[in-house]
Amino acid sequence: MSLDRDTVANIARLARVNIADGELDSLAGELSQILNWVEQLNSVDTSGVVPLVGVGTAMAPLRQDLVNDGGQAEAVVSNAPDAVGPYFGVPKVIE
Amino acid sequence: MSALSDLLRLNIAGARKGLKHKEFTARELTEAYLVAADDARPLNGFITETPERALADADAADARLQAGTAAAMTGMPIAQKDLFCTEGVRTTAASKILGDFDPPYESTVSGKLKADGAVLLGKANLDEFAMGSANITSAFGPVTNPWTPEGAAEPLTPGGSSGGSAALVAAGAAIAATGTDTGGSIRQPAALCGVVGMKPTYGRCSRWGVVAFASSLDQPGPITRSVQDAAIMLGSMAGHDPKDSTSATAEAVDFEAALAGGVKGMRVGVPREYRTDGMPTEINALWQQGVEMAKAAGAEIVDVSLPMTKMALPAYYIVALAEASSNLARYDGVRYCVREDGGDLAEFYANTRGTGFGEEVRRRILIGTYVLSSGYYESYYKQAQKVRTLIANDFNAAFHDVDVLLTPTTPSAAFAAADVDDPVAMYMNDIFTVPASMAGLPGLSVPAGFSSAGLPLGLQIIGKPFDEASVLQMGQAIEDAAGFDSTPRLLAGAKP
Repeated sequence: MSLDRDTVANIARLARVNIADGELDSLAGELSQILNWVEQLNSVDTSGVVPLVGVGTAMAPLRQDLVNDGGQAEAVVSNAPDAVGPYFGVPKVIE
Repeated sequence: MSALSDLLRLNIAGARKGLKHKEFTARELTEAYLVAADDARPLNGFITETPERALADADAADARLQAGTAAAMTGMPIAQKDLFCTEGVRTTAASKILGDFDPPYESTVSGKLKADGAVLLGKANLDEFAMGSANITSAFGPVTNPWTPEGAAEPLTPGGSSGGSAALVAAGAAIAATGTDTGGSIRQPAALCGVVGMKPTYGRCSRWGVVAFASSLDQPGPITRSVQDAAIMLGSMAGHDPKDSTSATAEAVDFEAALAGGVKGMRVGVPREYRTDGMPTEINALWQQGVEMAKAAGAEIVDVSLPMTKMALPAYYIVALAEASSNLARYDGVRYCVREDGGDLAEFYANTRGTGFGEEVRRRILIGTYVLSSGYYESYYKQAQKVRTLIANDFNAAFHDVDVLLTPTTPSAAFAAADVDDPVAMYMNDIFTVPASMAGLPGLSVPAGFSSAGLPLGLQIIGKPFDEASVLQMGQAIEDAAGFDSTPRLLAGAKP
């Protein structure tokens, strides 16, 4: 699979990562190299194989339905670039 | 008080004895390490040093030693990889995007070490978000391997991503350090720096409060100067944590006591697929020596096959990068530190993330986003997860017949950054460590010999899930036989 600059620009848009125009071609080359290399996986016959989501995680643990933490609003927003009281400040979204 | 260099030469087991017998105090030991940290500063092993905290921790440790309530790690001056959130101490993940993030909480693992009385010297450098194999992607600059020969044109890298941790332990600037291992990030730098690195079974140590890279693979573990030290420190780090839903409820093990078990009669598998095309002669020779060492210690050598070995690395890069792109979505310019404004919301996110993430992290997020995107999910991500099942099946089958597996840790000794010039070549560093990561198995790297250039090389022991005990026992046997002198060339405070 070879990616062109438009595809890279689209992936970057999906990932919400700004990529300068000048970087698109070199990134397309690097990403294509990585994708070409991982494509060897297609040579493996995986018919009937169940995907492994994680190891040792077959059963999600359940906990008691109790409030065991909370009231930490100040701590939660303490690293926000724009905190207003116990709230995260964000740019105006609705025009 | 003992001479500085004598104190710095002690490992955890030795320092524990000295503290117990009041040959020196935790404060004296810590002060020695603060001098060593000064001398080791050119290595750039620390992102943040915490000398005042270290002295306060040391005094608290002395009080515990006085009161007879000391634990195994009490008074041990350690570095925490800067991926573990430490309450009140800046945590960066070596990324610009976290800015001066000051965690309002303590990770479970660093908290356990703290509760056991360990002394915090500072936060160790790493690859940005633990993504790298040479510690060259850190926003705080690269780390130098203390084994770099004098007069070398270019410094050698310590490996990665726990490069700062391994370099500091090797240079005598920390008695031990924490690391995290996703595809080899503890074992590979430990091998390249001539120290011991242990990745426990997935779930053995809690991931809570550790900045996430790939959640189905990430696992904290110790980097130390001896196998016994690894057993001691792992004992302090391990344990079930309800805050991490993937934390194992497996019964606690006294890893240090288990070392006494020895390896007589142990069945050691040598996977033939690890003998790759173009494996350097010296790596193959070291592996052969390891086999002979195991044999001489009374173990039985068994030829085993792990047919999917070659597919582990490409499958890993799909699974890990997919998880990374998802985990790193949280850095949005709203909740953490760095923010770059933009015209609309999408631009605001893109600007923040475009500026805040480094080159390798951006590359990995893009690949992860692509393999998860509509139309490619089945062919890339699902296929990689299926291959992961086959990799795990390989190991399960092999472990019907053997107790542990013995392999080289890395395909080469330490290298200079310029010697590895493209992303895929860099990924190849993890070729021997990634398969065990995919299966969630414990793996240990033990320094076992030297390359022709005089650089340390490591052997890897892989074990069954939650059988760290056998892994450590075999590690101890290799360590005893190899007689590796881990005194680094640049031992801080002991200039030639």
